[in-house]
Amino acid sequence: METGLLFQLVLNGLIVGALYGVVAMSFVLIYKASQVVNFAQGEFMLIGAWACWWLLTYWQLPFWIGFPVALAFMTIFGVVLQVAVLRPLIGEPVISVIMATVGLSIFFQALMKWMFGVFAQPFPAIFPVERIRIMGLEVQSVYLLSIALSLVIMLGFWWFFNFSKHGLAMRATAFDQQVAQSLGISVPQVFAMSWAISAVVSAVAGVVVGVVSGVSSGLSFYGIKVFPAVILGGLDSVVGAMLGGIIVGVLENLAQYVDSQWLNWGNMTNIAPFYALIIILLIKPYGLFGTRNIERV
Amino acid sequence: MSLAPAGEFHPSYRADMTIFPTKNSRRALMLGIFLLCFAPLVLGRYELGLLINIGFMGIAALGLNILVGFTGQISIGHAAFFGVGAFLSAYLHERFHIPVILCIPLAGLGTAVVGLIFGLPAARLKGLYLAIATLAAQFILEDFFARAQWFTGGVAGRMTEAVELFGVKFDREESYFYVVLAFTIIMFVMAANLMRTRDGRALIAVRDHYLSAEVMGINLAYYRTLSFAISSFYAGIAGALYAHYLFFVSVEAFNILFSIQFLAMVIIGGLGSVMGSLMGAAFMVLMPEGVQALADLLAGSWIDRTLKLGTSISFLREMAIGAAIILFLVFEPDGLAHRWKQIKAYWKLYPFSH
Repeated sequence: METGLLFQLVLNGLIVGALYGVVAMSFVLIYKASQVVNFAQGEFMLIGAWACWWLLTYWQLPFWIGFPVALAFMTIFGVVLQVAVLRPLIGEPVISVIMATVGLSIFFQALMKWMFGVFAQPFPAIFPVERIRIMGLEVQSVYLLSIALSLVIMLGFWWFFNFSKHGLAMRATAFDQQVAQSLGISVPQVFAMSWAISAVVSAVAGVVVGVVSGVSSGLSFYGIKVFPAVILGGLDSVVGAMLGGIIVGVLENLAQYVDSQWLNWGNMTNIAPFYALIIILLIKPYGLFGTRNIERV
Repeated sequence: MSLAPAGEFHPSYRADMTIFPTKNSRRALMLGIFLLCFAPLVLGRYELGLLINIGFMGIAALGLNILVGFTGQISIGHAAFFGVGAFLSAYLHERFHIPVILCIPLAGLGTAVVGLIFGLPAARLKGLYLAIATLAAQFILEDFFARAQWFTGGVAGRMTEAVELFGVKFDREESYFYVVLAFTIIMFVMAANLMRTRDGRALIAVRDHYLSAEVMGINLAYYRTLSFAISSFYAGIAGALYAHYLFFVSVEAFNILFSIQFLAMVIIGGLGSVMGSLMGAAFMVLMPEGVQALADLLAGSWIDRTLKLGTSISFLREMAIGAAIILFLVFEPDGLAHRWKQIKAYWKLYPFSH
């Protein structure tokens, strides 16, 4: 048993988990507002990261211009996607909506491979990469930045949902669309806004991962990790999604530790969350913190 | 009566439940199958290969359609079950020296058992939660394939033998075509008949309104699990046919994209339509050929040079799959089967369609 390694892995788990949490939050945002299960969440990260990378390397823009431009693009992209693909599907069965986002996911994944190739591309050096020692553990400065950014996004979400007009409108729509509409809230507008915000927040996470480890199509796997996170945290809870993401991140790294110390199976990092997911669903079919639907005929 | 009347005039339930509404429709199908038997004499190996692909893909798609279209459950892990069937058939033959022709149905049964294991949590789940659970099953099984060297041959993959019956080896497209044709007919007839039984109607009731179905005395957990097992059975048979066609099964083949392709077949063909599954499979098998043909047509032109079509043909195919799913969902949610029905209805009333 190496305690040093264990602590390092737990720390890594927290860092990665915070990013999972951010993506999971943007997933929950869409689900809460428009009842759409977005299987293309990972592709939002991918597109955001590639867009930013392209602006920074091809057009040689400085980061403080390229990054906002990429986010502006993602805003438009999210709205267009909602209006063009998801709006015609309102009222269709859940399966159709799930399939549509699955279709979006493979479409954009292939498109990105086509446009930018299959190899990982490093971001130009934006921040100085240093190793900082905290309590005997080595942490890259970029990771600290990513944790800080995750916290800022979380605070932003908290403020948005509790104090801003649009956030309150979104919560009202999530609670009851008809009532919200009768109070003068434009439901289509809320849907479009939720997709835009979700796309932007995912893109921020994508850029962070891209800065740390390069942009590649592997990024979209983050979108799949969202599912264990939301099942752990509950589909309709933003805070739960964040917690779920962190738990999944730590769980992955602990599984890797157990694997490297005793089992030697390999690949436990990626698979462990799915085992956890199946077991949780066996015991609690609505997830750990999900609200149980009571249906009346 | 050899022509259908312009409306529904069934005097009995029996007449309502027949597979063939008229004698002519039965004769047309018989004639079609009869003509298909001569296909190896006329068509080249490449075209036969496409037909074989449509056959086993159609069987797998039909299995998924029983789950998604008839029971209203969703599975994003169908390719993993397809893979279980492929490996299981090869393994049974190599380990226990069971004749290959028996291995194929046995692989189907074995896959049904695996499907039952993953179907048990599915019995309590629906919609989104089930989609996520089957997604997890996909990754877990994929990981298992990569790890279980004794079963799958690990990274090297596993070689398979040809089907042999009465000393005849079905190891070429011309002969293997008949094996696939026979299995396709059997599986499709079985599915069409399943939907006319009490069990089949129970599945449809679960799809249409599961609470009402439960109130009427349909055991929800039983039928959801059963549907999962049947769907896996079909996937297993299709996988085994695939394995003995290619003579080689690779671990990487059964990824999530393959699963999504099956879902695409079901959606494009038409949810809840037996023949639609075959149409969807044909569409999905022929679409890459269409994309390839388009790329060949544009080869050397300025479009090809600016877009790099030749080198990125595989991405174009993936994009075409995604685009097909979205376009069909938005513009033709009932699929090709529905379109085919409308064409038939148009001719039934021609020239007085209004």
